[in-house]
Amino acid sequence: MRSRSKPRKLKRFIPLYLMMAPSLLYLVINNYLPMFGLVIAFKNVNFKKGILGSDWAGLENFKYLFATQDAWVITRNTLLYNIAFIFVHTFLAICLAVILSELTAKRSKRIYQSVTLLPYLISMVIISYLVNAFLSSDTGFLNNSVLPLLGMEPVSWYTDPGKWPAILVIVDAWKNVGYLSIIYYSAVLGVDREYLECAALEGATKMQQIRKIILPLISPVITIMVLLAIGKIFYSDFGLFYQVPMDSGPLYSTTNVISTYVYRGLMQLGDIGMSSAAGLYQSAVGFVLVLISNLIVRKLEPENALF
Amino acid sequence: MKTREERVFQAVSHVIMIFASAVCVIPFLLLIISSFTDNNTIVANGYSFFPEKWGLEAYRYLLQRSDQILRAYGITVLVTAVGTVGNLLLTTMLAYPLSRTDLPGRKALSFLVFFTMLFNGGLVPTYLLYTTYLGVKNSLAGLIVPLLLLNAYWVMIMRTFFQNSIPKAVIESAQIDGASEMRIFCQIILPMGKPIIATVCLFAGIAYWNDWYNGMIYVTESNLFSIQQLLNRMLSDIQFLQSNSSMAGAADYISKIPGTTVRMAIAVVGILPILVVYPFMQNNFVKGIAIGAVKG
Repeated sequence: MRSRSKPRKLKRFIPLYLMMAPSLLYLVINNYLPMFGLVIAFKNVNFKKGILGSDWAGLENFKYLFATQDAWVITRNTLLYNIAFIFVHTFLAICLAVILSELTAKRSKRIYQSVTLLPYLISMVIISYLVNAFLSSDTGFLNNSVLPLLGMEPVSWYTDPGKWPAILVIVDAWKNVGYLSIIYYSAVLGVDREYLECAALEGATKMQQIRKIILPLISPVITIMVLLAIGKIFYSDFGLFYQVPMDSGPLYSTTNVISTYVYRGLMQLGDIGMSSAAGLYQSAVGFVLVLISNLIVRKLEPENALF
Repeated sequence: MKTREERVFQAVSHVIMIFASAVCVIPFLLLIISSFTDNNTIVANGYSFFPEKWGLEAYRYLLQRSDQILRAYGITVLVTAVGTVGNLLLTTMLAYPLSRTDLPGRKALSFLVFFTMLFNGGLVPTYLLYTTYLGVKNSLAGLIVPLLLLNAYWVMIMRTFFQNSIPKAVIESAQIDGASEMRIFCQIILPMGKPIIATVCLFAGIAYWNDWYNGMIYVTESNLFSIQQLLNRMLSDIQFLQSNSSMAGAADYISKIPGTTVRMAIAVVGILPILVVYPFMQNNFVKGIAIGAVKG
């Protein structure tokens, strides 16, 4: 009885499997084959022999990569920028979310929310135009209008690496705070208003209500968002580090991150060995970090764990 | 009745939010004003919110020599349309079966989708696969297929939506009435899934409209440039020439590149559709982002 019903039961689902087939095929091509393709980091790629037919190089590519100063610089930059981004944009996003949720004027609330989200919807190429309008050394708004007003000398922004940590943190916050504040805003909406009303009746000031009630109640969301961001700390927004500094060579010491290094290695230098080694380094360490951060989330808030 | 403290808090909050909004809008204002400025004024005084002399020459130039720009615009529109429709098809056709709790192998398949969010091969293998084995270099497929056609994140969100908001009984009764799976999908799931499908459509559309990455990697022929890639090229060419200005004839070449205002005008034309559509869609965007917010 059972053995007869099982194939029939499966047969019923054939249309559903067929429905999924194109999407699954896409995932295999776009995501899974490249994962196996990571082995080229251990190869000495020779297009004449074909990629899979190329000779094995062992750890040669990695030896070269870690023998250079670059490996250290790109790792440092990737980590420090992400840490700075997480601090700055999380702090600002929470501020905006709390303020928005306490505003009583409904219409202006909506206007503020959509205006601050706007930068998130713009491409990094356009953002690099916007930044260039401010920073361009001969026609930029800062050098022509702002710095002379303050009695300061013009700055050659695109050749001075020391300025870029601050610039990139500002651009990242400008682009992402509106988006993140929506996530924190929906967390604040989950806070029961009755707690706040009670506290107000007891004479708590607004700041006390925010610090003592709202923040503790949304802290699980903050923790999770930060941990998820830490899980992605080995990756960067490629456009932010490539487009916004306009791929300017003199800035590499403070703008080169793992993602841009891999890109330049492959597309500009044609050094497949080095760039695939850096790519595997990023994928592997990145994966371990996601697993660790998820493990922590699962300990703290089981239902918010990714898996 | 509002207390004094409450009134002060509201006023200060408005001031902060107006400041934040201004910070978000001002760069766009500078871009738009620059595109309406006389080119020589910009060369002499730099970009300014209050230019000495306004001018429409940038837009006049765009209209006169619009062939390449129109072409790039057409490519962007085509890629966005085809890509968004393809993305919606692949996303819904994967999310719906995964939402069916009775589907054998559902857990394993869901994990297969989910795992792509945790681990990926990165640029080098992806690039080599697409160019040497699939031959997408310098083709429309190179702009549409890599990376953007399916996003595991939205598959998971949509699957949850179908699971929570389409009652099992609806599907079961349709099955008893003899409806095929395809018919259930088209006539029940798609109509009932409208809100989430609209959200995915919006985000996929924006991703395609804004994409310059695929263009930069897979396209080198200028007749396939999208508007974003055209903008990208113009800025990097000028940067390149300025940093190598000792090069013979560079100054001459710079003078032939469309002026600063023209670049600004193209950038304005590039974000115009977003700025026009956004006020009507802003609620959907906000809701779409809030869906993904982790449960509080």
